[in-house]
Amino acid sequence: MLDIKDLHVAVEGKEILKGLSLHVGEGEVHAIMGPNGSGKSTLSYVLAGRDGYDITSGSIIYKGEDLTAMPPEARAARGVFLALQYPVEIPGVTTVNFLKAALNAQRRARSESELDAMAVLRLVRDKARSLNISEDMLRRALNVGFSGGEKKRLEVLQMALFEPSLAILDETDSGLDIDALKLVAEGVNHLRAPSRSMLVITHYQRLLTYIVPDRVHVLARGRIVAEGGKELALELEAKGYGHIVKDAA
Amino acid sequence: MSAIEQTRTQVEALGEKYKYGFVTDIEMERAPRGLSEETVAFISGKKGEPEWMLEWRLSAYRRWRQMQEPEWARVKYPKIDYENAYYYAAPKSSNDKPQSLEDVDPKLLETYNKLGIPLSEQKLLAGVAVDAVFDSVSVATTFKETLNKAGVIFCPISEAIREHPDLVRKYLGSVVPVTDNFFATLNSAVFSDGSFVYVPKGVRCPMELSTYFRINASETGQFERTLIIADEGSYVSYLEGCTAPKRDENQLHAAVVELVALEGAEIKYSTVQNWYPGDENGLGGIYNFVTKRGDCRGNDSKISWTQVETGSAITWKYPSCILRGDNSVGEFYSIAIANHFQQADTGTKMIHLGRNTRSRIISKGISAGKAQNTYRGLVAVHPRADRARNFTQCDSLLIGKECGAHTVPYIESRNRTARIEHEATTSKIAEEQLFYCTSRGIPPEEAVALIVNGFCREVLQQLPMEFAVEAQKLVGISLEGSVG
Repeated sequence: MLDIKDLHVAVEGKEILKGLSLHVGEGEVHAIMGPNGSGKSTLSYVLAGRDGYDITSGSIIYKGEDLTAMPPEARAARGVFLALQYPVEIPGVTTVNFLKAALNAQRRARSESELDAMAVLRLVRDKARSLNISEDMLRRALNVGFSGGEKKRLEVLQMALFEPSLAILDETDSGLDIDALKLVAEGVNHLRAPSRSMLVITHYQRLLTYIVPDRVHVLARGRIVAEGGKELALELEAKGYGHIVKDAA
Repeated sequence: MSAIEQTRTQVEALGEKYKYGFVTDIEMERAPRGLSEETVAFISGKKGEPEWMLEWRLSAYRRWRQMQEPEWARVKYPKIDYENAYYYAAPKSSNDKPQSLEDVDPKLLETYNKLGIPLSEQKLLAGVAVDAVFDSVSVATTFKETLNKAGVIFCPISEAIREHPDLVRKYLGSVVPVTDNFFATLNSAVFSDGSFVYVPKGVRCPMELSTYFRINASETGQFERTLIIADEGSYVSYLEGCTAPKRDENQLHAAVVELVALEGAEIKYSTVQNWYPGDENGLGGIYNFVTKRGDCRGNDSKISWTQVETGSAITWKYPSCILRGDNSVGEFYSIAIANHFQQADTGTKMIHLGRNTRSRIISKGISAGKAQNTYRGLVAVHPRADRARNFTQCDSLLIGKECGAHTVPYIESRNRTARIEHEATTSKIAEEQLFYCTSRGIPPEEAVALIVNGFCREVLQQLPMEFAVEAQKLVGISLEGSVG
């Protein structure tokens, strides 16, 4: 599904990722853990194609294609989805209209027919229920005045709606209390599928209690410094990042 | 390319797509070049006007000769050579005035079709009557019969001067006096055509009224004159749309619009202004110097202006309300988009004269490229206007680094019981907003449109349903508010 080889990425001339390699197979859930400033968010932005993240060397192959050659909207249409740590507010654009615009833009790019307003609304309502997203939320301006939990639930709703092949969850647990975390994790688990891979980026082990990964990678100073099964996360929780990062240095 | 640069390129590209820039090749008849008493008499003669009208025009002309072009607006343009322009142009074929739509020159009908305004009634949106003004003459008015049955008069103003002289004499110049300002006075001397509406007592006009103005001839100014009278307890909703061909020259459009709302009457006036804005280097485009004013003459009357201003090289326009009657209400909802080298200096005046008068101003200015966008507004409360209230909100959105947004509010309160509120914000389309949209599959151009649409939402919602689509397309956006 996703093959990253020796990736070097610079932001404003400063190298953040320094030779990162990662392979994610179809249907697998991988966790990326690491201390602050290790390059976790940079990785997620590079995968989604954000401006200002310059790939100086290395490659990202997604479903056999060079992902780096595509603009963000083309990646989305091909099934790459990034749930943001800080979802953005867009005043005056209702949530449901935003969802319709996004869904239809993706469908258009794939030469599929567009859905009319009613069809989109039915689809959205259907997915919204299990995430406890109210009709009122859908009619409000996108993310404007939403609580932290509401914003994250809306990200998961979009993931459910777009049915991506590769979902990247960037610190989806940040700012959530335990109930909100459970709700979001349930939503994510519900979307696990043999054809869908996930990259769960998190600072804490907490989220991984609910979204159990197949593999855990530790990112430090721009590289993967350790890999293991789900038990690696528990080890990190117990001992902290210090010893692993030191060992790798 | 940074996201901001990219945005700017996209918005520039949007501006490139001025779809209405074509010229209709049609034989024209013009007044001689330049401005003189003879030109004024020529226009009056072409319209078959009575003597009093000619005198009215001539007095305006003589007055105009003594006036200076105003320079207080935040707009820059080379001096206009008034002696080197044409003040009247009409398709030759309309010399024998068309009696019905079948008699209208097919080339003209085709022009309006291209503009998306079919004039054959069966193709028209149900419930919208259209008056089409081509350069200096009205070429067709639809649904006359339906309106006649309701007692509503909707016709070219040139026809009203001949057919309804009492109404015209009573109200013409009563809101915007002949001496009002340089451009209004010029208009009074040489106005060619425009629409006239009279809604009798207690009548709710059965359909939306709409006028489409089209400048076609080169080197010719358009001086339209519109007069709308809503008699006691009546209601009318009116919309105007404007387009012009692409030309390297600047063309002058100096219109005057007067609205009169008598006791308990309501007028809703909407504008979608899409005159040719000039190219990306600032060459060509329409100078849109317009005086629009409404008079809430009777108690409990209401006048509401909504404008979507996307075109013109320069916009100089302040649709205003004189709140004369007690409890009268004035509203101004505005979207002004300026791109490339466009300059917009627009806003409103709310003059509170009567007691318990209320006004509301919502202005959304969007600047991109090297454009300058100014909101200029006056809220004046006179001593008699007890408990007058005003709420003003001015929001500016900037796209790119080289454009400017300015807010110039004037507030004059001479009554202690008045309550005036003013809110203003300035924001930018943030890179993260764009990235959020594109990462969800929305291409950048569409994302900008979506964000701008959201920014303007409050104002777009004020437009009549029939025209919402057109306006939103114009802002470059998909339909907002159609779901749920």
